[in-house]
Amino acid sequence: MQSTNFIWDLFGVNLLTVVAVVALPLGFVLIYALVAILAELKISAWIQERLGPMRTGPYGILQPVAEVIKLLQKEDITPDASSKLLYNLAPFIIFSGAYAAFAVIPFSSAFMPANINVGLFYVFAIGSISAMGIVMGGWASSNKYSLMGAMRSVSQLISYEIPAAMAVLSIVVLSSSMNMQEISHAQTGYFWDWYLFGGPGSWTKVFIIPFTITLAIAYFIASLAETNRVPFDIPEGESELVAGFHTEYGGIKFAMFYFAEYANMFVVSAIFTTIFLGGWNSPFGEFLQGPGWGVMWFILKSFSIVFVQIWVRWTLPRFRVDQLMYLGWKVLLPVSFICFFAISLFVMFK
Amino acid sequence: MSEKKKIDIEYSQLDSERMRINVGPQHPSTHGVLRLEVEVDGEIVTDVVPHLGYLHRSFEKHCEYMTYPQIIPYIDRMDYISAMNNEWPYVMALEKMLDVKVPEKVEYLRVIVAELNRIANHQIAVATFGLDAGAFTPFLFYFRDREYIIWILEKLSGARLLYNYFRVGGVAGDVYPTFKEECHDVIAKVRKTNAEVMNLLIHNNIFIKRTAGVGILTPDVAINYGCSGPVLRGSGMAHDLRRDEPYSIYDRFDFDIPVGKGEVGVVGDCWNRNMVRMHEMEQSCRIIEQALEQMPMEGDVTAAIPKRIKLPKGEIYSRAENPKGELGFYIVSNGTDKPERLKARGPSFVNLSVIPEISKGYMFADLILILGSIDIVLGEVDR
Amino acid sequence: MLTYFKNIWIGFYSALVGMKITWKHIFAKKVTIQYPDERFPLPSNARNRLQLMPARCTGCTLCVAACPVNCITLETVRVVPDDPHQELYENGTPRKMWVTRYEMDFAKCCFCGLCVAACPSDAIHHTTDFEYSSLDRSHLYYKFQTLTPEQAEEKKRLFAEFKAREAREKEAKAQAAKPDAPRPEAEV
Repeated sequence: MQSTNFIWDLFGVNLLTVVAVVALPLGFVLIYALVAILAELKISAWIQERLGPMRTGPYGILQPVAEVIKLLQKEDITPDASSKLLYNLAPFIIFSGAYAAFAVIPFSSAFMPANINVGLFYVFAIGSISAMGIVMGGWASSNKYSLMGAMRSVSQLISYEIPAAMAVLSIVVLSSSMNMQEISHAQTGYFWDWYLFGGPGSWTKVFIIPFTITLAIAYFIASLAETNRVPFDIPEGESELVAGFHTEYGGIKFAMFYFAEYANMFVVSAIFTTIFLGGWNSPFGEFLQGPGWGVMWFILKSFSIVFVQIWVRWTLPRFRVDQLMYLGWKVLLPVSFICFFAISLFVMFK
Repeated sequence: MSEKKKIDIEYSQLDSERMRINVGPQHPSTHGVLRLEVEVDGEIVTDVVPHLGYLHRSFEKHCEYMTYPQIIPYIDRMDYISAMNNEWPYVMALEKMLDVKVPEKVEYLRVIVAELNRIANHQIAVATFGLDAGAFTPFLFYFRDREYIIWILEKLSGARLLYNYFRVGGVAGDVYPTFKEECHDVIAKVRKTNAEVMNLLIHNNIFIKRTAGVGILTPDVAINYGCSGPVLRGSGMAHDLRRDEPYSIYDRFDFDIPVGKGEVGVVGDCWNRNMVRMHEMEQSCRIIEQALEQMPMEGDVTAAIPKRIKLPKGEIYSRAENPKGELGFYIVSNGTDKPERLKARGPSFVNLSVIPEISKGYMFADLILILGSIDIVLGEVDR
Repeated sequence: MLTYFKNIWIGFYSALVGMKITWKHIFAKKVTIQYPDERFPLPSNARNRLQLMPARCTGCTLCVAACPVNCITLETVRVVPDDPHQELYENGTPRKMWVTRYEMDFAKCCFCGLCVAACPSDAIHHTTDFEYSSLDRSHLYYKFQTLTPEQAEEKKRLFAEFKAREAREKEAKAQAAKPDAPRPEAEV
């Protein structure tokens, strides 16, 4: 009797809360992904002086829904030569990796699924899981293009993780906390209290403003690489690798890759928002400040970062795999080290 | 022996297993149904073997069963991106054999449509080259502009792509009243987009990093392989039939022959080949402007030619500067209304043969760019 | 060291230049024509589906000879003088040839316009209609003849009779001219 009731033992009266806390981000991810797909379609079209989808629904706003329904209807194919278990597992791993990161995202001062003290550390740990899924999917497809995409993905992972981690670490040094909620709390006030502009403090912080801005850019570039977006979409690399690691995927499994990409975009944008743009804080002091408005501010800020990601994608050409590593190891890493060093000195002698 | 050298030698003896990849016939970046059998060592390309023939339509054999005017629509379908330029050397050959003098107005009209089509071709070449590098937006900017050119050509000939506009001794359609204004309009648009793409793509640092110093084609290799057009000029050789062997009325116009100068990268690399096309668009604009100024608007667009075209016995080789290189037609006539033999010398086919030579040792992603910088059309490669 | 930072800056700056251009284009006027609702006016000489005017066609087969892909099938029968059914061409002259069969296979047609150029009586011309795609290839097989199959059979029969009669008359005339000549049957 007791053994079957372990769920109740574990959560007790909070069971409903737990379910709600788990379901809320999932619902958010699904709805957000549809919005982001539409945004991608529309913004790319506007940049190219097109109208984009106009037929499904008014101004084509139902286009992503139609796309998902189409993908769900498709036949679920598993290639004969593939390694069946890994092939079928890969999309789930990628999607759960993206979804798990939502656990520590502080949507508002009152809502954060799991308020753990090493939130940023957790995000980086979970974020690497998606690369594992890519390698699994690419290898298990037994397609040469997929294999090359998977190999590229690994080399990409080790190149961008370290600069991104250094950028985040600098902010951890400034805020002396890895808890994302506490980092957000520390930036309460006006927009010049954000860590993008050196964080709260006396006038002496002007010395570190160039470094924090550089770090923000470095983190943004690394985050593009993390989400496999242009100019770093070399694991997919449509012009050379057809579709990279997901060449053999179709139907619902492809839809999961698709959703995971957009969910990942939001995760990295949310981290950027939290550590550089003040999280759920209002930019203008007490103006619309509060737990409810916090959600609005947070999503607004994150969406503007997602917009920039989309904007960059439709502007720049793609890097080559060795150039990405050059950028990661020889540009972003030294630059973020310099900034880290400078910020550490500042914190020491403040 | 130093420590480093020893390691290098040891490393070179380690032979990793190579992988053979079939790029194509269905692949997003082979610009058609080309199949490249690529051997890669990790990401490094060690061998490339192009396989042709997926689009073979036995054009030359077909021509032996058709009368001379019937061949022109088939020639359109060789290099379908620059059909106007394709028709020209063939029609020129027939006119030379028949000893027909085409009216002045027709010569100007031919120059204008051919140069417009050259711009359209280079727009596609640069656009797809950017697409190979991963930049999608310039691709659609150029396709937007190409549409304006196509509209002009459609109003003249009636077709968007496969014009069948050149006829023996003339052209098929007369100019319409607003022709000159529309041409000037299009030239302004082409220049504006070119300036924009220069900043957006050509001088973008990522694009330069991707293309500069990649796929270097030295002039002697280019000549040995018989390359022509922007591929040869990108290697620094100022060879252009419009200047070296002026056909039609090209000696009346003032234009430069752009060559790869190596402002960025090395002369003969992908970036310079692509840059030659950008400059050539500007030169074509200049030629069109001059031709529009000099062209008589009155007059007939066909010379007096026999209804049934019968070539005298003999043979002729006629060539012209296609956007992709030197296009030649070798016609053997047996005195009837059908050719005994017709051989086409296609620039894409010849330029493609240089791929194995210049793509070894570069990375797999570079191979796609090298292929894109050669600017081939499979319709003409396979014929 | 300085060149290292300069290179980073140049790379970053060129990306910003590109982003500025694309930003401007977000607000530019869009060029899309939403096809079935809005249409781009085709020029009047656009070469699309061919149209034959049977009232002008003389059945001279010049278009068949001009066609590079052999997509035109043309059969004609001469008009018999004593046929009660007589027709005029559009320009008023009496018809000399019945076009019993004029069929075009638009699955083959390459829209080169050579048949239009070849036609001496302007009977064939291009229309600007390009929306005739079909799921069945046989729907692209157009028949332009005005005569029904029965009528065509009738005309053929009449012409055969006429020819036979003509041959008989000729023979009779030949016999009349040379009465001494031995009859072919006589030799057998």
